[in-house]
Amino acid sequence: MIKIVSSGFDPFQEVHAYQQQQQSLAGKYGATNLFIGTMRDLNEGDSVKGMTLEHYPGMTEKQLARVVAKAGKQWDFLDSLVVHRVGDVFPDDVLVLVAIWSVRRGAAFDASRFIMEALKSQVPFWKKEILVDDNSRWVEKNTDGY
Amino acid sequence: MAIKVRYFASLKENLGRDKDSLDFEKSISVAEVWEQVMPEQAIPDNTLTAVNMEYVTLAHQVHDGDEVAFFPPVTGG
Repeated sequence: MIKIVSSGFDPFQEVHAYQQQQQSLAGKYGATNLFIGTMRDLNEGDSVKGMTLEHYPGMTEKQLARVVAKAGKQWDFLDSLVVHRVGDVFPDDVLVLVAIWSVRRGAAFDASRFIMEALKSQVPFWKKEILVDDNSRWVEKNTDGY
Repeated sequence: MAIKVRYFASLKENLGRDKDSLDFEKSISVAEVWEQVMPEQAIPDNTLTAVNMEYVTLAHQVHDGDEVAFFPPVTGG
């Protein structure tokens, strides 16, 4: 399942609710991997007090579905849940959740990483940061993740 | 033929608008769409392009009813 949400969400509640709802998963999965991306209050050496996440409605969902489908061709996982926040966010808010259920751990770890990296380079979301001095700036590129 | 053109994020801010409508007589490329809507400004180097919400190159031909989008590199997650 893919969800784009414009208000705050609890990733653990999302995972719990989804898992309860997917009866077919019961007893079948041996691994669940969760990636949760959270907003920091510091970026490139500057204090950040807020951020706006813009997206391209329609294309975002379409490209995200494609990324998940690509992962499904490469790794044999049972189910997935991707939730991404849009709109105004603040430090400590959750920005993204990627949850993968699989029989064994390998597919859950690998598919989760693949989906996150592909999401960051292919799915149309853009971040605009608001600094503590009220200046704002667009995030122009992703880091390598380390 | 008529198409809708959309802009997002920093590109939208720099251009001062989020959309345009364009009428043309024959099929044109995405690069030609940019030239028509922004005749005084070259397309920024890192601009991504989509038609009907699928990534395309600047050489892609646009048809009646298409939605063309221009935007900077994406930074979600």
